[in-house]
Order: sequence, then structure tokens, then C-alpha cells
Amino acid sequence: MVFADSGERYLPDTVQQAVKILILGDFGVGKTTLIGSVSEIEPLRTEETMTQASVGVDDLDGLQHKTTTTVAMDFGRITISPRTALYLFGAPGQQRFWNLWAGLSKGAVGALVLIDTRRLEGSFDVLNQLELQTDMPFAVAVNHFPDTYAHSEQELREALDLLPHTPIVNCDARDRASSLDALITLVAYVSHLLVPQETTS
Amino acid sequence: MSGGDEYRDSPVRAYVITDGRARPSRNTIGIDTLLLAVDPDKPLPITTSRQHHELLRMCRRLLSLVEAAAYLELPVSVVGVLASDLVDAGRLVARPSIPEATGLDLNTLQEVLDGLRRLR
Repeated sequence: MVFADSGERYLPDTVQQAVKILILGDFGVGKTTLIGSVSEIEPLRTEETMTQASVGVDDLDGLQHKTTTTVAMDFGRITISPRTALYLFGAPGQQRFWNLWAGLSKGAVGALVLIDTRRLEGSFDVLNQLELQTDMPFAVAVNHFPDTYAHSEQELREALDLLPHTPIVNCDARDRASSLDALITLVAYVSHLLVPQETTS
Repeated sequence: MSGGDEYRDSPVRAYVITDGRARPSRNTIGIDTLLLAVDPDKPLPITTSRQHHELLRMCRRLLSLVEAAAYLELPVSVVGVLASDLVDAGRLVARPSIPEATGLDLNTLQEVLDGLRRLR
């Protein structure tokens, strides 16, 4: 990343709007790696405070109070055109962070769910939540680790119980082109959803 | 990059910096709102906090709220309150995020798609 000095910290004055994509997934699945592969700035870390009912986490018997947690969040940026900047926000997918990305999802293009096939169960939570509780479109990217067994798309679809129209792509989060491809898949899918369907077949 | 998700604590509590306020005065300020200082060299009132000064200096050129927060090492929610104050005072211009209600239009999506393909 050669753009990290403060001269390149700023956006061109012509930029009028920011759009964002969420990168969701378990800890250690490669979210920050993917963001770093495509970002024009060194990925930055910030903190967001989140109020949550303490359910499932610190289950203090009978105490139904709310707690405020601080969550670290990594993000990157791509100046996609003279008019538009794209921000990529990495957020953990576990249930206790849903409030965080519910807030982030406002106005977002969609989410890329990053998956490690060696720990599929870590992604069930986030996929369920996306399908049942939000209307945010998402695509699934299978991050390829050196010792990842190559599952067929059909196997993965079944294991993850994906809806037939949900895109799934292989990617290597360390590789810029491969990470861009995963993002392109998501954005193309979202555009397709927005185009009025002419015929119903 | 430092690993883990450690909490960077500070001796100054967030509510001190925001004067006890948890929410910005305007609800159009989001984490990807773009900020730009108006007349950054014009002095601020002497009662202005150090954090307001720092935010205004940080935004002498165009930057998003979340980036300003990261560079200032303050929580995003705190910087949202500060930014909102400066917008109210006419010292900061906010270029709004994509509104939730209308959402993204196809033109913008196409722009993003073209941009990503160009980088490829």
C-alpha cells in the first residue's frame, strides 16, 4: 500500500457521495485481509459503541439490563469515480454484533459474507440473520486457505442452505484481483435485483 | 496491523468530550458522511473544545466521518456529535450519506461496478 502517507489521506474534492459495502464473517476469516487487498488507504481501525441487551453473552441470571460494548471495526476505501467513494467495512458476524451491522447496513449496497470452509458453522449465524431479519442483499465469498479442501459449489450451497439466487464465489482474500472479483459479483447481483423484471418465468 | 480486538481506553470519558450527549444534533450524520471544513483558518470561539478544533483541522480537506474518527482515535459516535456541532455552527459542510429511504439508484451501482472493473 503505497498511498498511506497523509497526502493521500484525503478524498478528491470532486467526490460528492460515499457508498458502502459490508464485509461480514467470523473472526479470523480474512475480512481485514480482503479490505487491505483492495483499499487505496491502509485499512483503518475505529471503534463503535453498541448498546445491546445482554442475551446469550454475559448471561447474568435474571438481570435483563442492557450493556454498552465497544467493537473494533476495520475499514478501507476505494475512490471509485471522481464523484463516488466506496467504503468497505469489516464487521464480525456473530449474533452479538448484529446491532452494529444493522446500523451500518443503512444505505449500504449489500454485504459480502466471507466464509472459511474449515469452520462453516461460524457462518450459519450471519447467513440466517441476513436471510430472515434484514433485506440487505448479500453474496457469499469462500476464502481460499492453503489447506482448504475444494468443495463443489453445490456442496457448499447445500451445507450453507443458501437460496438458489444467492451468488457464491471462490476468492483469495490476499489477492487484489480475486477480492475485486468477489466485490464485482456482489454489486452485479444487487444491480440485477434493482432492474425491473420484464418477464416472470 | 495490530491483532485482536483490544479496547483502546482513554482517561477522558466519551461523555465528557460530547458534553453528555449520546446522539448528534442532526440525524443526517452517518459514519460515511463526507466532511469538509468551511474557512478552516477562521478562529473558533475560545470556548471550543480541543476535540472540535482537532476535527475541524482534520477536515481541512474532504474526509469521511469514520476516517476522521480513526485518525483522531475517538469512537465514531463521539465524532458524530462533534461533527454535528460544527455543522450547526456553519464551520463544517456535510455531504450526506445515501438516504436509507430512497436507497441506491442504478446509476450509482453501475458507477461502482464500472469502477471495480477498471481496477481489476
